[in-house]
Amino acid sequence: MVTFTKADLSDAVLKDMLDAVPYAKFLGMDANIMGDELTTMLPFNDHLIGNPVLPAIHGGVMGAFLEMTAIIQLSAELDSASMPKTVDITVDYLRSGKPLTLFGRADVTKHGRRVANVRAIAWQEEKERPVAALHGHFLIRPKNDDN
Amino acid sequence: MSDKPTAGTSIGQILQGDPQLIHLIPHAKAIGIEVVRVENGRAETILPYSDHLIGDPETGVIHGGAITSILDNVCGIAAGSALEEATSMATLDLRIDYMKPATPGQTVRTKAHCYKITKTVAFVRGSAFHDDEQDPIATCVGTFMLNSDGGRTAGANLKKS
Repeated sequence: MVTFTKADLSDAVLKDMLDAVPYAKFLGMDANIMGDELTTMLPFNDHLIGNPVLPAIHGGVMGAFLEMTAIIQLSAELDSASMPKTVDITVDYLRSGKPLTLFGRADVTKHGRRVANVRAIAWQEEKERPVAALHGHFLIRPKNDDN
Repeated sequence: MSDKPTAGTSIGQILQGDPQLIHLIPHAKAIGIEVVRVENGRAETILPYSDHLIGDPETGVIHGGAITSILDNVCGIAAGSALEEATSMATLDLRIDYMKPATPGQTVRTKAHCYKITKTVAFVRGSAFHDDEQDPIATCVGTFMLNSDGGRTAGANLKKS
């Protein structure tokens, strides 16, 4: 895994990190940072469609995108020794995902020594009209932890 | 089921007729989902191991997101196959608990059961595993809203809101 600290976080570091994960690359995920705000992006592509009639983005894609968004945000904030591991996620589907770019942002609500609680949202045209929201728990391992 | 596909035809109903039609779902085809069985509220699928699903390049373990996709898919199929008539369906929420990492190189199997259906909501639970259903990789519960299309027809998402 590509490790980094919050201080050296840049678009290039985020790109390296996403490129190192074959599944994120397969989806076509991207991320950028402006100030201290990390935004993930998933440009629309035909292979992301779950409902070809509407057409709408696959629910699993939105879940995976939000999960990845949460993991990247956690990695950025925690100086973690390894990639956070998902314990559970709950995804609320709020609107159908149109054939447009998905944007995502996550907030670490609380983190203890071993578990972090994260919320994330995904939107397309307006951030105030989210298409999906995630709430999840992730196992983390701080760098100075020997276990 | 009507002859023409509309936003109001559930994929579970279509697959009950022909499991191969899963390939009509571009994302299911892209990650390699195959439908094994669909009947009356129960569905089974498999996801063969593939390099592009890897989440941790050091171990080769597939990404949780791929598990999310296949569970979302199998639950949707199970819910759709429980319906008596063609109605549209949308996932309301899906909770997934990850028990253990998938073993690299091995096919992931999933099963889902729609155990309750009301006029408006379908309740589904499912799991992902390799060989032993009692030793799951992940389990999930999901709810699906029925008649969710609100009158939307094919191509509705292409129009400006």
